Amino acid sequence: MKVLVTVKRVIDYNVKVRVKSDNTDVDLANVKMALNPFCEIAVEEAVRLKEAGTASEVVVVSIGPKTCQEQIRTALALGADRGIQIETEDMPESLNVAKLLAKVIDEEQPGLVIMGKQAIDSDNNQTGQMLAALTDMPQGTFASEVKIDGDKVNVTREVDGGLQTVALNMPAIVTTDLRLNEPRYASLPNIMKAKRKPLDVKTPADLGVELKAHTKLLKVTPPAERQAGIMVASVDELVDKLKNEAKVL
Amino acid sequence: MAILVIAEHDNSTLKGATLNAVTAASQMGADLHLLVAGAGCGAAAEAAAQVAGVAKVLVADNAAYEHQLAENMGKLVAELAKDYSHIVSPATTTGKNFMPRVAALLDVAQLSDITAVESENTFQRPIYAGNAIATVESMDAVKVITVRGTAFDAAAAEGGSAAVETVDAAHDAGISSFVGEEMAQSDRPELTAADVIISGGRGMGNGENFALLEKVADKLGAAVGASRAAVDAGFVPNDMQVGQTGKIVAPELYIAVGISGAIQHLAGMKDSKIIVAINKDEEAPIFSVADYGLVADLFEAVPELEQKI
Repeated sequence: MKVLVTVKRVIDYNVKVRVKSDNTDVDLANVKMALNPFCEIAVEEAVRLKEAGTASEVVVVSIGPKTCQEQIRTALALGADRGIQIETEDMPESLNVAKLLAKVIDEEQPGLVIMGKQAIDSDNNQTGQMLAALTDMPQGTFASEVKIDGDKVNVTREVDGGLQTVALNMPAIVTTDLRLNEPRYASLPNIMKAKRKPLDVKTPADLGVELKAHTKLLKVTPPAERQAGIMVASVDELVDKLKNEAKVL
Repeated sequence: MAILVIAEHDNSTLKGATLNAVTAASQMGADLHLLVAGAGCGAAAEAAAQVAGVAKVLVADNAAYEHQLAENMGKLVAELAKDYSHIVSPATTTGKNFMPRVAALLDVAQLSDITAVESENTFQRPIYAGNAIATVESMDAVKVITVRGTAFDAAAAEGGSAAVETVDAAHDAGISSFVGEEMAQSDRPELTAADVIISGGRGMGNGENFALLEKVADKLGAAVGASRAAVDAGFVPNDMQVGQTGKIVAPELYIAVGISGAIQHLAGMKDSKIIVAINKDEEAPIFSVADYGLVADLFEAVPELEQKI
């Protein structure tokens, strides 16, 4: 079975995000970029399926300018077999991403698609679900456990009140939550090896997809600052403040 | 055109998040309809008809919707969508699961997790874990939107008298099925619905020590939460996690105990009305957002707090 994994290049999660002074977007100039943490978990899960003999090949796809090849190489260093970059000028909207990926699925015919549940930049949590709808596949979102059982995959999902398990006919789409696995670090030999793994570049036109704008970003502003309050010296003072000043007790 | 809000429910009761979504939807236009899709969901539909401001309740009562599987819900809502300008759902794990399918089937964008309505087609939503707020205009004919509950007041659960209409559409995609669930059992309120929350971080040391917080919680009628660090360390289960990757909360009082205040945690609780931080490290970033900070050993301060409230 072939497993398709998608990865996104995003701001490194340790970097403090700053909004541009003209409020047009966040400032990404000279900022450290990395593999989206949820995508990293997706790569790890796919590689584990290959190591277990369940998957025969792991194909990794990313969409964006040439710089996203860096994240594809990271995924290859973690154990994916080959990469596909879909070259776009900037980052397309989720629905366009889903349409591009649907065409890749058409060509590649994977048995399982593993994606991050959301990217830590746009925080949309929607591309996997959209892709599932466009390809008429079932979805196991926010997965904390993935078990393949014949032609079905059982996915345990992190839902608001606890855990839910669903059985999906394959091919299916899984989106990862944080506790699915702990991604490995790439070893130096594997990083070197990754440089020689195949990486195809395609354009939206190659795939026959026309990118459409559905939304307009009007402005980006910093969130309202919360003022630091006061330090209290004792539990007594704290209780007194909560009762008499904040009136929440 | 009317606005369709998808109710969150467990077939017998309406979940609170629905009421916040109704308030958000009411700011987008008039004529609100609520969809209750489930199996044996008559009681939830009755509750939906009582919600103030709702003109009509649509009930799709079919085995295919019992567990609100995304594959089936997506088809149902997409079919109903032709009569509506906006499709709105709470940004719960249920809404987040099926709503993007609806958007894709309608060939429109989804605006996720909105926190403010500026006009019928312009909305605010947090990006980068809440470190920036995007104002986004939708250019689609149908706007598919999920709503962050903590950003909107709850609509009154009673006072309405909506007409109830049955929807016959039975969409069973037949590609997925419900196997089972393990829901956390607790007598305490749910995190997202609690007025008071006391949360513990890595400083708690282990899972047993959360009993200290539970004692305070029981006195205050509070929910108990945790930081991602405490969850990752295996102290407590993930459904207790407050933060960007867990639950987003905004109670009247939030007490952070032994939590340093990583960005990802702050993103989940910084809209709380009053924040109290108890931490032995006076440099902890949590103090920069706390209304009241106490530098103390939590193993002394928390039991003392429990006695004095």
